[in-house]
Amino acid sequence: MDPIAFKYLGAGLACFGMGLAAIGVGNIFGSFLLGALRNPGAADSQFARAFIGAALAEGLGIFCLVVALVLLFT
Amino acid sequence: MASPIEQFQIKPIIPVLNFTNSSLFMVVAAGVIVGGMLYATRSRALVPGRAQVVAEMMHDFVASMLRDATGKEGMKFFPLVFTLFLFVLTMNMLGMVPGFFTVTSHVIITFALAMLVIGTVVVYGFMKHGAHFLHLFTPSGVPGWLLPFITIIEVISFLSRPISLSLRLFANMLAGHIALKVFGGFVVSLGAAGGFLAVLAPLPLLMAVALTALEFLVSFLQAYVFTVLTCIYLNDALHPGH
Repeated sequence: MDPIAFKYLGAGLACFGMGLAAIGVGNIFGSFLLGALRNPGAADSQFARAFIGAALAEGLGIFCLVVALVLLFT
Repeated sequence: MASPIEQFQIKPIIPVLNFTNSSLFMVVAAGVIVGGMLYATRSRALVPGRAQVVAEMMHDFVASMLRDATGKEGMKFFPLVFTLFLFVLTMNMLGMVPGFFTVTSHVIITFALAMLVIGTVVVYGFMKHGAHFLHLFTPSGVPGWLLPFITIIEVISFLSRPISLSLRLFANMLAGHIALKVFGGFVVSLGAAGGFLAVLAPLPLLMAVALTALEFLVSFLQAYVFTVLTCIYLNDALHPGH
């Protein structure tokens, strides 16, 4: 088979990782909201922590995007 | 029609000095920050006016972020953190103006900013704590047989910090601007198709409007995340060894 085709297949497969990272980010904010609705008084102090967690989870998804971009454009 | 990634092209403006449109917008961002701050604090009134309130709010926002993460002794890094926040935020926001260049959508720019932060952490950490700074890689309370593995993981996680810090900002700005351009392109190609398809052309336009609002949120959020992570990494330099 054509090696170029495998390159595009690999780029597509790398996008699965982005979907999985999206589950992680959704999980973080879902849990944050769940806790915040039960105890709204404590929500503000944990807001930054939720964003840090989301940023770290998102970073791993972005590595997948970079793999896909490298496969597509090099 | 122009390709979606053509907007990220770097064009020389003064070729002799290597002055490109990227440099131009960095100069504009620096000018906007300095000019805005000078304008806001020109009267230094006890009862602040509108511009002064905005400047004070931004100052307090970043100051409380840094104080929460690093404690009182971290405040000596306030000029660095405040400058980074304003610079990244202004460049992200300038990129949202149609036709303007987004400086942060180039990985070398964000990587340079991330290396500045990590370089500060390493240099200051060794200066202040000497070899004790290496306790960063050996968390206390770990059983002895686990320690080599934990150390390897901690070293890898430390080395991946500048990469993830720079790639997050770069990829978010790049992906958002490409998505905007792609939806803009849909409007043109649907309208050019004519007939029934031309009736559908406003739909991607609505989507582009919604995406623009989302992009403004993302511009602010990424500047915020970049600053918060900077504060956390600086905390490692101030208090290594958990």
